[in-house]
Amino acid sequence: MMDIKNLSFDYRDKIVLDQIDFSIKDGEILGILGPNGCGKTTLLGNLNRNLRPKIGCVLMGEKDLEDLKKKEIAREIAVIPQTNEVRFSFTVKEVVAMGRMPFQDSFAGESGRDLEIIENAMDRVGISEFTERFINTMSGGERQRVIIARALAQTPKILLMDEPTLHLDISAQFDVLNLIHDLSRKEKLTVVIVSHDLPMAARYCDRVMLIHNHRIHALGKTEDVLTPENMRTVFNVEADLVKDSKTGRNLVRLFDSCTNSEKST
Amino acid sequence: MALGFFVGAGLGVAGAVMQAIFRNPMASPYILGLSSGASLGAAIGMLFVIPFIPTLVSVPLLAFIFCVGTMFLVYSLSRVGSAVSMETLLLSGIAVGALLQAMVSLLTYMAGDRLEDLVFWGMGSISGADWSEIALVAALVIFGSFVMMSHAKEINAMMMGDAHAMDLGVNVRNTRLILLFASSLVTAAAVCFAGVIGFVGLIIPHILRILVGPDNRSLLPLCMLGGGTYIIACDYVAHIITPNLGILPIGIITALIGAPYFIYLLRRKKSGVGW
Repeated sequence: MMDIKNLSFDYRDKIVLDQIDFSIKDGEILGILGPNGCGKTTLLGNLNRNLRPKIGCVLMGEKDLEDLKKKEIAREIAVIPQTNEVRFSFTVKEVVAMGRMPFQDSFAGESGRDLEIIENAMDRVGISEFTERFINTMSGGERQRVIIARALAQTPKILLMDEPTLHLDISAQFDVLNLIHDLSRKEKLTVVIVSHDLPMAARYCDRVMLIHNHRIHALGKTEDVLTPENMRTVFNVEADLVKDSKTGRNLVRLFDSCTNSEKST
Repeated sequence: MALGFFVGAGLGVAGAVMQAIFRNPMASPYILGLSSGASLGAAIGMLFVIPFIPTLVSVPLLAFIFCVGTMFLVYSLSRVGSAVSMETLLLSGIAVGALLQAMVSLLTYMAGDRLEDLVFWGMGSISGADWSEIALVAALVIFGSFVMMSHAKEINAMMMGDAHAMDLGVNVRNTRLILLFASSLVTAAAVCFAGVIGFVGLIIPHILRILVGPDNRSLLPLCMLGGGTYIIACDYVAHIITPNLGILPIGIITALIGAPYFIYLLRRKKSGVGW
């Protein structure tokens, strides 16, 4: 689906990403994990050319992103950005309709097909009942669903999510990720989630990649990568991963920060 | 009358676009110092005749150059790295605007025998325009507004945030640059023939956003209509109030009506409703 080849990125000579090389597989949920400031959001920006790699390249299928227009990229890749606070009183439907922008000419309105896709997207995330509500009056979790519907209206092949659980209540975190998991399984949508939320990532991701000191520290199946050693090195926590007997899913047990456990021993 | 309509239309649409791309309810050609920049350019053009260039061209040209210059000065003053601080944007707009306005006053003071004309123009006036001036303003305003309207969807996306706009396929840097140029052009056209008319660019977009919502595809044309109508209405009021005093500069009326409304808006915002 996507191949990231030897990608390096820096801000004014400060290295943020160093020789990142990996592939995103069709239909998978890939978690990119690391502590704050490790460069994971920068990596996400490089995946849809909001940022341009200093060295290396990002291939979508056969094509280098560098050779595509921003609009063309937005037809294939949809993003759920980290912040979604809106001060303007757009209605839910107006926001979701923006997902059709990459397919429209400048003065064109929504075609019949566009409207169908918009309705369908709102239906799939379960927001059809409040299409006329104002986005700036909604809770973080509701807004997140609207933005997901907008992303689906882009009819993307890949969905990139930047810290999707960051501003949400615990129950809303589950709702959003369950929704994404369902979409990925039923519609073969490829999802890349950038996060520092270890338990949520362990539960929902097929594969995870750990970023440490601006490089890939480990990449592979979730249960193979989230070992106590890796989590200690990258996140500075004492933790392990077990299969939860109740849900059958991966469960990360966080015990303590390494700093604290060293003190007490 | 016709001049007033296009002046109001231009200021209205430029204000709507600025509020949207800076995601700031206070943004307008007046607050960001653009009007003052344009008026300094226009005042220089009026006082100093440039050889071989007729004033019909040199005044708007200078107004536009100063307007764009002010725009980029204010914009770069408030930029840290790639992020623009909205608070600093407004503050530097007001500071730069005050400085430029002072220069206009200085020029006016030194203008000598042409003092009266400049003073009157400086307060905002739509009377005494001839047809060639009206045609020029109309052409510039219509062209600038067309450019802005053709980006209405991109502006919508930018109102969600620059990151959102980029993710929806908008080249945010280029689009913002084009829009800033277009609003400078329109502001310059309005100011160089009608002087500094405040509050139109601030209030008309707010009223219409409350009435029809924030979608720029309908908002921008309505701001043109609304801005134009507002100026004509203010002009009418000016004629009624002072039938015997000669013509009252329209800038006085727009501010007399506009300022209280602006204060009302500020109060309303405090109660936490979006815009």
